[in-house]
Amino acid sequence: MTATDLLRPLLVVAVFAVVPWLGVSNATLNFLVYMLIVALAAQGWNILGGFGGQYSFGHAAFFGTGAYATAILQVQLGVNAWVGLVCGVAAGVAVGLFVGFLSFRSGLRGSYFALVTLAFAEVFRVVANAAGFTGGAAGLLIRLEPGVATLQFADRRITCMLVLGFVGLGLVISTWLTRSRFGAHLIAVRENEQAAEALGVDPMRVKLGAIALSAALTALAGCLYAQYFLFIDATIAYGPWISVEALLAPLVGGAGTVFGPLIGALALHGLGEATKGIAGSVPGIDLVVFGVVLILVIAFLPGGLMGGLARLAGRLRTIARGRRPAVEA
Amino acid sequence: MTSSDHRRDASLSRRALLQAGAAGAALIAAPAVLRAQAPAVKLGIIQPVTGALAEAGELGRLGAELAIADINAAGGLKALGGARIEMVFADNRSNPEAAAQEVERLQGEKVAAIVGGFGSGLCMTATQAAARYDLPYLVDVGVADSITTRGLKNTFRMAPSFSMATSVALKNLVTLNDAAGKPAKTVVIVHEDGLFGSGLAKLLGTELPKLGFEVLETISHPTPARDMSNIALRIRSLKPDLVIPSNYYGEFVLLARTMQQQRIRPKAIYAIFGGAASSLRFVKEFPQAADGIIDCNHWHDPKNPRSAEIRRRTEAAGKSYVYNVPLNYSAVTLMAEAIEAAGSVESAKILEVLSSRDFGSGVMPYGRSKFVEGQNVSALPLNTQIQDNDVKVIYPDAFAQVKPVFPLKA
Amino acid sequence: MYSTEIVLEAVLNGLLTGGVYALVALGLTLVYGVLHIINFAHGALLTCAMFMVWAAWAWLGIDPYAAVLVVGPLMFGLGYGMQRLVIGPASRHDDGNILLVTLGLAIVLENALLAGFKSDTRTVATDYALEVVSIGPLLLSQPRLVGFAVTIVMTALLWLVLNRTDIGKAIRAVAREKTGARLVGIDVDHVYAVTFGIGCVCLAVAASLLMPTFYVNPRIGGAFVLVAFTIVVLGGMGSVVGALLGGLLIGAVESLSSLYLGDSLGQLGIFLIFIVVLLVRPTGLFGARV
Repeated sequence: MTATDLLRPLLVVAVFAVVPWLGVSNATLNFLVYMLIVALAAQGWNILGGFGGQYSFGHAAFFGTGAYATAILQVQLGVNAWVGLVCGVAAGVAVGLFVGFLSFRSGLRGSYFALVTLAFAEVFRVVANAAGFTGGAAGLLIRLEPGVATLQFADRRITCMLVLGFVGLGLVISTWLTRSRFGAHLIAVRENEQAAEALGVDPMRVKLGAIALSAALTALAGCLYAQYFLFIDATIAYGPWISVEALLAPLVGGAGTVFGPLIGALALHGLGEATKGIAGSVPGIDLVVFGVVLILVIAFLPGGLMGGLARLAGRLRTIARGRRPAVEA
Repeated sequence: MTSSDHRRDASLSRRALLQAGAAGAALIAAPAVLRAQAPAVKLGIIQPVTGALAEAGELGRLGAELAIADINAAGGLKALGGARIEMVFADNRSNPEAAAQEVERLQGEKVAAIVGGFGSGLCMTATQAAARYDLPYLVDVGVADSITTRGLKNTFRMAPSFSMATSVALKNLVTLNDAAGKPAKTVVIVHEDGLFGSGLAKLLGTELPKLGFEVLETISHPTPARDMSNIALRIRSLKPDLVIPSNYYGEFVLLARTMQQQRIRPKAIYAIFGGAASSLRFVKEFPQAADGIIDCNHWHDPKNPRSAEIRRRTEAAGKSYVYNVPLNYSAVTLMAEAIEAAGSVESAKILEVLSSRDFGSGVMPYGRSKFVEGQNVSALPLNTQIQDNDVKVIYPDAFAQVKPVFPLKA
Repeated sequence: MYSTEIVLEAVLNGLLTGGVYALVALGLTLVYGVLHIINFAHGALLTCAMFMVWAAWAWLGIDPYAAVLVVGPLMFGLGYGMQRLVIGPASRHDDGNILLVTLGLAIVLENALLAGFKSDTRTVATDYALEVVSIGPLLLSQPRLVGFAVTIVMTALLWLVLNRTDIGKAIRAVAREKTGARLVGIDVDHVYAVTFGIGCVCLAVAASLLMPTFYVNPRIGGAFVLVAFTIVVLGGMGSVVGALLGGLLIGAVESLSSLYLGDSLGQLGIFLIFIVVLLVRPTGLFGARV
């Protein structure tokens, strides 16, 4: 990975970093923070699902572990929020390795891997809802106490910068995957596991590395979620909603691309906000429109938004060269 | 005030309403110039109308709408020069992030205050988001104690908190049982595994033995539950005197019907915040399964004639009546009173008023509502029983419409 | 501890409930076995079918059981159309796309139902809903016995269709070797859509069996999806008989674990079985294919 490789991620981060300081509304700021948290979880999914081809339906297991670990440490044990964050990520990685080890050892992939991750997340949800140290069904409430030490900022622009910093880190990691030996091995395993093995790649090690990295980013998103909203319960932390969010954004944005998860999260949540306005007095209509647009995007944009952008760029280049676009329609 | 006064009031208000309705129609037709008066006061109403809690949220919204219509029909906010209340509705989509985001939007739209929320988790994030702007937030029913005890200065709750509600429910149970000569000794608790149901079960497990009841079993179930036959089976084998359910509408109906099918007839079904135990739709659709069920729940003051009016209007809107309607109706009237008393839409003034004086409680049986550290300390759940295909208040005596039937005939 | 009668009744209850689960799983396993897709819209489609049964009863006065004659063809049409016009073209047979499209459809269906029917929980009242059959000390719900019998018949019918009819043979051919099937002149897209339609008919039957005793609201389908997935995995993805046996097994396990662990933790029993089966024997306990 060279300095020029980092140029594009930095540029994108810079664009996002400017927005909060342009005097945007609080609603926009809140939207940005939440969207970036989802994008971070989605970047995690993208490492395993996009680059590694292992579709997980259970990233909630990592997200929730991060969220619960950081919340429990702060609420029950009075640990500093930053330490909580680090421990949350570590706990997420541990869960990732556990789930990964069991499933990859059994050779699960495709739908089977998807279903087993889904089941693991559900087990976590049921247990977290019943156990005592998680606050049970009442959930956990982190004390509202703005300060650098508590990782809560009265000025939301700072929160936004913090989350954006982590998303930037996710972009750098993703970029590294496209440039490094490990990334090449991961993609080789995705394309053809047997062939990769024949070439001397250890698929188990590669996949475990990917799930650890993937779980780390998604757990980080969970920690930030807990620190921002200050309240979690089993359905929030381990519910299927975040598993879906985490996979939806990269798939819409472009799975296995560096910017796919971020673009996807921005597009999906932007669309969600945009359709809210049309609900009127009939609840549900906005989400119907959301679903329809989602299907249309998939139907007409193979490769997600990034794929669409790449084709658009290609077409513009051909036009710029004064030729007719090669393929019409 | 005697009840005849109430009636006069009611007919007056009905007449006023009709006139105001006509006037309203005229206003809509009139050119904008004629409407120029005090600027409308925006009030944020937040309810889940999509997602898991949509059923309750729809009814909460209806209650708020009725209250706003009534206030506007009666001449708006007089202290603000007859300003009309304009509802800015927000759907929190039954999820906590959306709740926070909607509060941001409401703040952006410059609402004077927010009323509603419904779920505890939804209220947690929403009140916290509103706290950033010291935006007054009146929670309708999110029960978790921590919503008000966490120390947010902007947050108030209309309905009783979890600990208030459960202590009243227990006290009333003992009173009821003692009055009937202590027929009930053994109990089975059936609860949903969310915040309220689980918390309740834990509390009952420690408190009931102290009060002389034996808890035979505590059974929790998820929402939605696919099946109640095993729960019914366990109840049948344990033969408790009392079954105490606490769950949502679908599961409650399923349990009551399964118990009926399995011919389980305990001395009473004493629901605590039972999802359907004081729902008129349940009564109408399954009169046999519903008959005799006692509930301790939010309920309107039946002696307040306006409550019958609200029920009639709810049914006229094609909805079936449950507590969300009168509770949100009352929360909105209370907030309107607070804005009137503040004489301003400034947050600081409204907050000052909310925490310093008492208020009318709309149609809820709270007497004068007063907030101490955000909690309405006058809030009180009532005991109702399904009798003669209707939900009737049986306790406390001040509000009772009928005598309790307890124990039920075997 | 519980008496033998209670345990016996719990097992029987579980088996009867498992029958309906099996019906829901039958549609899922068929679609998986042939199209190799995990259909996220399955729950929403079940909700659709349940609302249809409810509407037939509430608006037209049709008995929920009889309603299957109307709802069945409607659901077949819906499933056929969805696969042919939406899922197929929009997904271009890419796994990720299929997943997204079915997810999108689930969102659309669920919220269209919410918009159309409101969020109310709706129930059907019939004379027979509360009938019981008493065998000795046991009380068995009559609608569930009916449901169980119908499930057996449906499974047998489906097996016959798959093994003894031309379309069934085409379905099996496509399931095994898509390209080959196309080469011998089978219209693969049509077969896909028919399979999806048949899956939806299973849901129509399940809905008409559920409605007399259960309730419907726009989100209820989700309650059955995870358990249906479990059954599909247990029975072997794509196996019709496996789905039936898996359904019965899961019903019994769920019933017993809820008896001893409570209904909340009882769910753990199902998930753990699910995980263990996946890890140890991913082809399912009865792993035969369509």
